[in-house]
Amino acid sequence: MIQPQFLAVAPLTAKAKTSLFALDPALGVLDPQGPVAAGNSQILLNALAIMLMIVVPTLLATLAFAWWFRASNKRAIYRPEWAYSGRLELIVWGIPLLVILFLSGVTWIGSHDLDPARPLAEEAKPVEIQVVSLDWKWLFIYPDEGVASVNEIALPTDRPAHFSLTSATVMNMFFVPQLGSMIATMNGMATQLNLKADRPGNYHGQSAQFSGAGFSDMHFVLRALAPDSFTQWTAEARKSRLALDESEYLALARARATSPTLFYGSIDRALFERIAARRLTSEAGPISAPARTME
Amino acid sequence: MFGKLTINAIPWDQPIPLIAGAVVGLTLLAVFIWVVIKGHLPYLWRAWITSVDHKRIGVMYVLLGLVMLLRGFIDAVMMRSQQALAYRAPGYLPPHHYDQIFSAHGTIMIFFAAMPIMIGLMNFAVPLQLGVRDVAFPTLNSTSFWLTATGALLVNISLVVGEFAQTGWLPYPPLSELPYSPGVGVDYYLWALLISGAGTLMTGINFVTTILKMRAPGMRYMRMSMFCWTALASNLLIVAAFPILTATLIMLVLDRYLGFHFFGNEGGGNMALFINLIWAWGHPEVYILVLPAFGIFSEVISTFSGKPLFGYRSMVIATLGICLISFIVWLHHFFTMGAGSDVNAVFGIATSVIGLVTGVKIFNWLFTMYGGRIRFKTPMLWSLGFLVTFVIGGMTGMLLAVPPADFELHNSLFLVAHFHNVIISGVVFAGFAGVVYWFPKAFGFRLHEGWGKAVFWCTLVGFCVTFFPLYVAGLLGMTRRLQHYDVAEWRPWVLAAAVGVAISGVGMLCQIVQLVVSIRDRVALRDETGDPWDGRSLEWATASPPPAFNFAFLPDVKGEEPYWAMKQRAIETQHLAAAGEYQAITMPKNSATGFMTAFFATVTGFGLTWHIWWMVGAGLVLAYAGFVWFAWRDEDEYAIPASEVQRIDGERRRAREEWLARNANVSEAA
Amino acid sequence: MTATETLTLPGAPRVQAGADAPGHGEGGPASKRVIVGYGFWIFLLSDIIMFSAFFAAHAVLQNATDGGPSGGDLFNSRNVAIETACLLFSSFTCGLSAVGAGARRMIWTQAALFVTGLLGLAFLLLEAHEFTTMIAAGAGPRRSAFLSSFFALVGCHGAHVSVGLLWLGTMMAQLVIKGFRSDIERRLLCFNLFWHMLDIVWVAIFTLVYLVGGAR
Repeated sequence: MIQPQFLAVAPLTAKAKTSLFALDPALGVLDPQGPVAAGNSQILLNALAIMLMIVVPTLLATLAFAWWFRASNKRAIYRPEWAYSGRLELIVWGIPLLVILFLSGVTWIGSHDLDPARPLAEEAKPVEIQVVSLDWKWLFIYPDEGVASVNEIALPTDRPAHFSLTSATVMNMFFVPQLGSMIATMNGMATQLNLKADRPGNYHGQSAQFSGAGFSDMHFVLRALAPDSFTQWTAEARKSRLALDESEYLALARARATSPTLFYGSIDRALFERIAARRLTSEAGPISAPARTME
Repeated sequence: MFGKLTINAIPWDQPIPLIAGAVVGLTLLAVFIWVVIKGHLPYLWRAWITSVDHKRIGVMYVLLGLVMLLRGFIDAVMMRSQQALAYRAPGYLPPHHYDQIFSAHGTIMIFFAAMPIMIGLMNFAVPLQLGVRDVAFPTLNSTSFWLTATGALLVNISLVVGEFAQTGWLPYPPLSELPYSPGVGVDYYLWALLISGAGTLMTGINFVTTILKMRAPGMRYMRMSMFCWTALASNLLIVAAFPILTATLIMLVLDRYLGFHFFGNEGGGNMALFINLIWAWGHPEVYILVLPAFGIFSEVISTFSGKPLFGYRSMVIATLGICLISFIVWLHHFFTMGAGSDVNAVFGIATSVIGLVTGVKIFNWLFTMYGGRIRFKTPMLWSLGFLVTFVIGGMTGMLLAVPPADFELHNSLFLVAHFHNVIISGVVFAGFAGVVYWFPKAFGFRLHEGWGKAVFWCTLVGFCVTFFPLYVAGLLGMTRRLQHYDVAEWRPWVLAAAVGVAISGVGMLCQIVQLVVSIRDRVALRDETGDPWDGRSLEWATASPPPAFNFAFLPDVKGEEPYWAMKQRAIETQHLAAAGEYQAITMPKNSATGFMTAFFATVTGFGLTWHIWWMVGAGLVLAYAGFVWFAWRDEDEYAIPASEVQRIDGERRRAREEWLARNANVSEAA
Repeated sequence: MTATETLTLPGAPRVQAGADAPGHGEGGPASKRVIVGYGFWIFLLSDIIMFSAFFAAHAVLQNATDGGPSGGDLFNSRNVAIETACLLFSSFTCGLSAVGAGARRMIWTQAALFVTGLLGLAFLLLEAHEFTTMIAAGAGPRRSAFLSSFFALVGCHGAHVSVGLLWLGTMMAQLVIKGFRSDIERRLLCFNLFWHMLDIVWVAIFTLVYLVGGAR
């Protein structure tokens, strides 16, 4: 059996351990690190505030009524015939109606402003990243920079990033909680996502759609880097002797296991499109042992 | 000869399922042997297995549901403990096993715990509340139950023979297609659900016909109890939604068995088609579950507040509103699949509208309590627990309905906490409330009140301690279905949830103790009159348990809450309404059809799963033969003579007259 | 207040001037025939919804031919026209059998049912021929998602017709042995409804799948 290239010697830049740099605390949507996450977070908190205005009084009323009208309380007035009040009906229908009208406005505007496929309102040219989810690792291709990586992405903090995503196998979901929205990856289709990082940091990324036995190992690191550091990162990646051509991709796809972090110094720029259009497919092989164990 | 089945289908190398399977199997065998030796088998066959009485079928449904709730709960304990142990460690459940457990947990809880409990309670109470003798199609009813039991049996067999699906409770393709799920797990799932789904559809047809075409004289629609309205809405949803499930699962069967290309990655298959179709069923399904729950709370809250339900008309409109709108919100289950902002926004807004109609119900329950004299019996405690916790679950649902918020929280533990919040507070609490509420009607004695309260508090606290930390974990970015994780920030919340599940476990134990103690003390807890709670609807007019024919005379309904009116009149006049002239009553005969159909369905389902084609053929032929044999019978009814009706009714009347005499000086009227 | 006002009547539904009929409003429970028919209608509606799901899948997968043949390449309109004629005419003969059953004429009823069955069988044979021809030409359900959805939808209808024929045969036997008993009559009513529904579904298939789809 031919050994896939990537299981051979991993060059110096292929850092097998991501713990060489520490991850920022994973605080998810409570600690947004980019405009998309901040927008999502803001809407979540606004919606929560609106709902609490109804929920808190309701909870208090529940406890108050239950307590006051307990059978042993002789001071409470018993109204056994009271089963209808037009005025109350008006309030009971009216207030929630106003709330959902307001919430609907938030929904309509928010859904359009924060549509993952919508380019961010930035003037800088976005970094293009093509994402392929495999069993059970993430492949990231930088068509403009001419490099690719597995399980590690870098973004510069001065430009937005535009992602095109697909899956080689089953459905997955690309998700970096602190940077923003998740989006599905599906075989035969290409989805779009736009994100930006505000400041340097190392963020936890994962798949948010269960995809099989190796799903739990399908996390990756997103490194937000200052512009110079980003240039350095791509330069380091370019030094790798690994090349992402068709046979290398197929070997990567057929090995149904997680993967150490890898870099490819040269890529086939048409690869992503062929994968997304199902012109380049790989059959599911047997599940192999993880290429690395728990850290 | 045996298709794909070999001796290695039994998990000899996996101690947990092996031991669990052995324990369960030996216990069942021991129980069966005891039943046979004690001579109970003829009684069981005659009085329960072949019964077409809606009351008996209802009890069997609830029993099945409660047993499967326990099985699903054990899965939950395993999941929570695995996650508690698996921080930067492998835990004790390898992915192959863990993935089956969470798939089984969801499948069992929804299809074989929640559905049977709700359907069982509807079976028991709806014909009584409508003032009629049985449902429209009693033998079909029996078949529904046994087909559901078949599905449960197949899922449990998969624990020890073969494997279960490793896809989650909804088998999204391409993960559920052959290349990625080559084993028998998904097949067990498909046949279990296709078979039990047929049973559920039959229930839907049965109850829609019963509620719309069989009500006591005088009971126009706006005089039905709220539980009957919600049962109607739920069964309309079953009739409209379950065919979609059937069709979609058949498409997946065709992909897996005959190489079709509906959803796979080859041949132009479209996985998004599956997701749309399955959720077009899936969203109505959760309302199928929660509407009867709302109905139960309407009954319990009004009974234990001593007041009629507030805003009855409004509640009916809200119920029918939920019924309709539940069909136009399904996309909110996959906002993150990239349908575009217009589509996402429309479905998000539609989802909020359901929040509106549900909110109306909550307020009407509160105003039912207002001005009441609230008795804190166990069913009322469950209702209060529901009112307090369900609004939180509903709130988090409204948050998830806003697509940008969902983009951060989809498939996270926040989502998991949300749906457990609404299902546990809604459906499970209602199930427990309904069981305690109607238990005396079914068996003639109440459940022990003290242990009932213990169950309530342990379950309520356990629920909160399990799921509120999971809300936080989801906000911190933790996704669902992780077999292990290495993010330190999530750890404390996962550990807290494990503590919560232990507390819930104590609650489960209390359930069992409650049952044992109640049976032991059943004489002391006896329901003498048939109306232990000072009820308001027609089922409380009968004896506990009611005779096979329910009512000697179909009640003549003159207003809402007909039994309450009857009772007040009896108290005012200090005597019961005069009995008329007793007539003989014809009732449907027992039938083995349901049981036999389900037996052959089990054989067929097992054969299909393992590709044992001769077994499939035999199962189908014998099922058809059994059905024809049933269709051939000449007598499907028997008559209860008038003298017998009079004797049985006489006992009921005597008990009521004694109660009247004892309470002569007590005024219940306002 | 006298006792008679609160007197509950024995099981029979009450009939008064201006009161609702049984099975409506305040009229009490409906008759068995109404209940059976109504329930079966609800079942038929649910079955139509199941067909709708297959129609929806077919609509989505219309163009997913994976480079293979499309409807226009495959469908033989003459064959389909004959199938349609068979099925429509069998609905007519089914109606004749209902008239015969209403008039309690055994020979008439059995003859009409027999012809219905023959026409249904002819439909199935033609359809089986169509399927085998397509499969032999490499245009079977495994060729593409479009063909999968075609075979599933049309096949589902065919499966319903097959089950209907089995039911028909059983009913004919029951009629001979038990005669026009009330429960047998109710079952014949249900069979009629079922057979007509299959006709309606076929009209939808004929229009949407063959006519509209065949134009591609």
